Parts: sequence; C-alpha cells; structure tokens
Amino acid sequence: MSGLMTAMTAVLCIAMLVAALVAIRVLGDKSLPIAILAAGLVSLLASVLFLILASPDVAMTEAAIGSGLSTFLFFFVLARIRSWEKGEREYDGEKHD
Amino acid sequence: MTDTPLGILGGLLLVAGATFLLLGGLGLVRMPDLFNRIQAGTKATTLGTLLTLAGTACLQPAWGIKLLLIGMFILFTNPVSSQVLARAAHRMGIEKSPQTVVDRLAEDTGENS
Amino acid sequence: MVELLIYAAATLVGMAFLLALYRFFKGPSAADRVVAFDVLTIISISGIVFIALAEGRGIYLDVALVYGLLSFLGVIVVARYLERGL
Repeated sequence: MSGLMTAMTAVLCIAMLVAALVAIRVLGDKSLPIAILAAGLVSLLASVLFLILASPDVAMTEAAIGSGLSTFLFFFVLARIRSWEKGEREYDGEKHD
Repeated sequence: MTDTPLGILGGLLLVAGATFLLLGGLGLVRMPDLFNRIQAGTKATTLGTLLTLAGTACLQPAWGIKLLLIGMFILFTNPVSSQVLARAAHRMGIEKSPQTVVDRLAEDTGENS
Repeated sequence: MVELLIYAAATLVGMAFLLALYRFFKGPSAADRVVAFDVLTIISISGIVFIALAEGRGIYLDVALVYGLLSFLGVIVVARYLERGL
C-alpha cells in the first residue's frame, strides 16, 4: 500500500504549507492567536508525517511537546500579557510586578 | 487482510465511517454560521471516527482493547470541547444566522446578544 | 475486495481533510478556525488509524491516543482564552 502513503504525504504537505503560511501571518487574518494555533497545527501534521516515516516515538514526542506544551505556554503568556497591560492602564504605572 | 466475512464487514464499516467524516467536513464548509458549523463538525465526525475504529477492530481483532480505549476517549471528550467552544463563541458575541428563532442561553442569562 | 474498500475510505477521509482545511484557511472569525482545528485533528486520528492498518503495526495507535488528548486540551485552552478567562 505505498500508493496510499504517497497520496497521504502529498495531502499532508499541502496542509502543512497552508498552515505554515497562516502561522507566519502571510495568509488569513493577521491575529496572533490564530498564528499560534496554526503553528500547533504544523506540529500535529508533522507528527503524522513522522508516523509515515515509521518512527512512532518521535511522532509521540512531537505531538506532546510541539503541539500540546508550546501551544499551552504561548496562550498562557498571552493571557498574562493581556491582564498585565490592563492592570497597568488602571494603576497608571505605579505597580507592575 | 483476507476476504473473510468479518473482513468485508470491517471494510464496509470503514467506508461508512469515512462517509460520515466527509459529511462533517462538507457541513463545516456549507453551514451558514458558527453554531451550525460546531454541530455539523463535531457530531458527524465523532460518529465517523467511532465507525472507523469499529471497522479497524473487525479487520485486526488483536487491537481491540486499544481501539476501544481511543473510542471511549473520543466519545467522552469531544462533546465537552464542542460545548466549551460554543459557550465561548456565545460570550464573544458571534452573530447568529438570520434563521435562528430561539436562544435559550441568552434568555437564561438575561443578555440580549 | 478489502483493499479496495480501504482505498475508497482513505480517499473519502482525504477529501474531508481538504474541506476542513479550506475552512481553517478561510474562516471569518477566530472561533471558526478553532472549530476547523478540532475537526482536522479528529480526521487526523482516523488517518493515523489508516496508517496503522496499512503498515500492520498496532504500536501506531498509541500516537492516536496522545493526539486525541492533546487536541482536547488545546481546544479547551484556546476557548478559555477567547472568552477572556484562563
């Protein structure tokens, strides 16, 4: 069944190209959360590509670190920055720790 | 992958599940607003994935436990993520399609969005 | 016969993947793209099951389990971020 693998690789390459162009904010709307989500999508599709290349342990690590942990970390930091900016505007620069 | 009756049944279940996945994707493109897209995208793809896992279990019976685990996991987590996403969209104030006739969540919380 | 059915099912799954990718590329709002991300990961779980079936190796299904867990957590985190929470 190598024809199925070849077709799946072609579809995955198209999808990763589109997701990477969204992630570097060339296509789509230019908002930051969408770019982070698209970067997570690139990681998820790369793990399927590693699975086609017959390495399930690398695929599992890529899915866990690249998609799960880094997406979560980016959104956590974005939420902290947003609340910090809001607090600074209220306190007028007195207190930012 | 021999042509036993169980294998034929597994192949037919695979095709049925893939058809439901295709219908979910088509609904994701064709539906008019976000809430309809959440319904079409989540429920049809949940059924499609469960049918695909059942067909794989018919084709390779030794993988049954692991496939059952994946199926239970999808069956439990997928409606939760759909509900959380719909609530977030409702609080963001996404505009609804003009055919919407009732909005129970806005009536309950007293908003007018 | 069974091989033909598997090929037909994989073709249908690939078409569904491309349709969801179109919605991810061209969603009007951010929540539309999150829905498309969810559907793309669920379709990818089916794709991983097809890869495991074609290669005949049951160890690949572990990746599908990790994949489902992480897509669930990712959608929850993004939804909480979008409704001004976290």
